[in-house]
Amino acid sequence: MALLPPTLPLAQLEVGRHLYWQIGGIHLHGQVFLSSWILIGVLMAFVVLGTRGMQRDPIGLQNLLELSWGFLRDIARDNIGEKHYRDWLPFVGTLFLFIFFSNWGGALIPWKVFELPDGELGAPTVDINTTVAMALLVSLAYFYAGLSRKGLRFFELYVEPTPIMLPFKIIEEFTKPLSLSFRLFGNILADELAVAVLVYLVPLFIPLPVMLLGLFTSAIQAMIFATLAAFYIGEGLHEFH
Amino acid sequence: MTWLLFAEAGVPEGGLFDLDATLPLMAVQVVLLTYILNSLFFRPVSKVVEDREGYISTSRADAKQKLAQVEKLEADLSEQLKGARQAAQSVIVAAEKEVDNLYREALAQAEAEANRTKEESRRAIDAESESARTKLQGQVDQLSNKIIDRLLSAR
Repeated sequence: MALLPPTLPLAQLEVGRHLYWQIGGIHLHGQVFLSSWILIGVLMAFVVLGTRGMQRDPIGLQNLLELSWGFLRDIARDNIGEKHYRDWLPFVGTLFLFIFFSNWGGALIPWKVFELPDGELGAPTVDINTTVAMALLVSLAYFYAGLSRKGLRFFELYVEPTPIMLPFKIIEEFTKPLSLSFRLFGNILADELAVAVLVYLVPLFIPLPVMLLGLFTSAIQAMIFATLAAFYIGEGLHEFH
Repeated sequence: MTWLLFAEAGVPEGGLFDLDATLPLMAVQVVLLTYILNSLFFRPVSKVVEDREGYISTSRADAKQKLAQVEKLEADLSEQLKGARQAAQSVIVAAEKEVDNLYREALAQAEAEANRTKEESRRAIDAESESARTKLQGQVDQLSNKIIDRLLSAR
């Protein structure tokens, strides 16, 4: 490592440093909110521009939006079922869109242009708070879905198909959000780190394949998160006979 | 950009797994985003797509019905056409037969007429040649008598 210059202007690894905002007595990670607001703004711009003056014969951006709508509807319908998927499509779809925009935005927007006093802007999904928040929302959503649909009979889930499954099913309630959040967090962080390390070592051309692979994994991770969320909700709604 | 730094004092250590109030606020933000996207994106798009699907299925049913009508009409027409063709065929056959009959009749008539005329003319020729022969016979008799007379008187 002695051969390398101590700091390159393009690449600097800043892991675990945050731009702290203090409101009252609580601390927030400012960079996560800043980048998420920018990305939500981009998403909103797409949505507003695409849904403006929609027609029966779709034109322009409407095609793209309908394509993504259909894609999300298929995810929701395949995992939740024909009967209930309409109620949960917005939630599952929002998870997908937010994660997808976060991941791709984190990789495609040149965040280094914005100087922060501390920490750096990046994909909001690179912060564990974001992924845990969404994973817990998924857990809440499927408890809510099951309890509101079936009442206390929801807990039959724990003894189906046999009561032997009870301890495993209870453990599963903890591993589901854990695996959801860490899968997303780990993949996106690892991708950003791999790209950052490669850029640090060889700033030109060599990191490009890894960046492309990162875009691919980012999209896949968004789809996995949304599919699993839909699957868990579908499991909560499932009727045992 | 220092305005982004709300507080300098009491900043925590940081770290990769630093869970704090970002978590609940991010959850609230995602829920809000869900409601906003529901009213801006999912509901309008699903309305448009489902309207279109309804339009397509009704127009397809319409088209199917029209196609069935057309097929029925076509079958009717081809039935009629077949009947008309058969009628025309029978008319043609009848006409041909009639023409044939007329032709035969005319032919027989013409033949009869020709025979009659031939017979008549032959009879006329016969009669004339008979009369000519008798006339010639008389003249021959006269001439031979005259020759005999002359020969007898010259002696």
